[in-house]
Amino acid sequence: MITAGIDMGSRSIKVVLLEELKVDGAPQLKYGVKKAYIMMPGDLDQDVAADKAYNEALAEAGLKREDVKAVFATGAGRKQVAFSAEGITEMTAGAKGANFMFPMARTVVDVGAEEGRGMKTDAEGKAIDFAGNEKCAAGAGSFAEAMSRALQMTLKEFGDASLKSDKSIPMNAQCTVFAESEVVSLIHSSTPKNDIAKAVLDAVASRVCAMVRRVGIDGEVVLIGGMVHNAGFVQSLKTAMGVDAVSLPDMPEYISALGCALIAAERQH
Amino acid sequence: MIANYGYKDGSGEYYISIDTDKCIGCTADRACLTACPKQMFEIITDDYDDEVAWIKKPNCRTLAYDCADCKPSGGYTSLPCMTACTPGAIKHSW
Repeated sequence: MITAGIDMGSRSIKVVLLEELKVDGAPQLKYGVKKAYIMMPGDLDQDVAADKAYNEALAEAGLKREDVKAVFATGAGRKQVAFSAEGITEMTAGAKGANFMFPMARTVVDVGAEEGRGMKTDAEGKAIDFAGNEKCAAGAGSFAEAMSRALQMTLKEFGDASLKSDKSIPMNAQCTVFAESEVVSLIHSSTPKNDIAKAVLDAVASRVCAMVRRVGIDGEVVLIGGMVHNAGFVQSLKTAMGVDAVSLPDMPEYISALGCALIAAERQH
Repeated sequence: MIANYGYKDGSGEYYISIDTDKCIGCTADRACLTACPKQMFEIITDDYDDEVAWIKKPNCRTLAYDCADCKPSGGYTSLPCMTACTPGAIKHSW
């Protein structure tokens, strides 16, 4: 049996095609990812983009629509996936996917392009407590991206640069627009780029950490979402949360789509 | 599940927490829907097919302003939503 999970993020669309293997046991043995596919929708309408991403994922996996038993959608634009049987919240999908990758995970931190959230999960990967910041994107990837542009660096360079700094420069602005003016002030005062990069990522980590602390930090901490690729942010988050280790999945941006596909598979039984 | 709706900004932390375990099978006849002067509460079917209350999306970004009238400065000594929710599922962080 094949099921699909589609994560309609604010920046990209992720599709995971999940195959149920003929093995009994833990979910990690029972299910395997057949295809993980990501697409940037560009100027396409969300419903058209969802259709295109799904078709391309199926084509790359050598599958047809009728081969897929159920399609579930998650993410901010999940309601635009007209062909999905059900919409799942980002919290439920993220918690499920993180639990599949790290069964001992009890705290899940999800930082994507425009939203960040903290979740506490139980042993089955069910979200039992969650908090997000519904107001602005200052605790998410777009903020870091905007600031890296101000420094004329790629996101990768930005993250790496922050690791080379050991300074702590507080950024007080709570809004991306005002924070950018703080960055400009730092540039004008000849603050090294490495220190500015660290200041920005520390600020993002601090906002994310405030959300996570609302639900409490408990057991293994897993970070999912695109910001996992930013090594500087991961370090800043560890420092802000006061933990020695944060578990990072191999394909962090696909975890919510994976969780969605897992829920779709479980609901077929 | 404890669902925290709201945000933190430069002025403080504004979250309304709803304990969905207490919300399922509400014994207060969904009084929160009418008790809130801004009608911020809404009943939805969650991911586990349970009918629970949540805060309408637009209000999640403006809680500090939306709830201001019900705070002590607005003349209330107790919050209408918390008073109406006899199972005790609703809490404010501020």
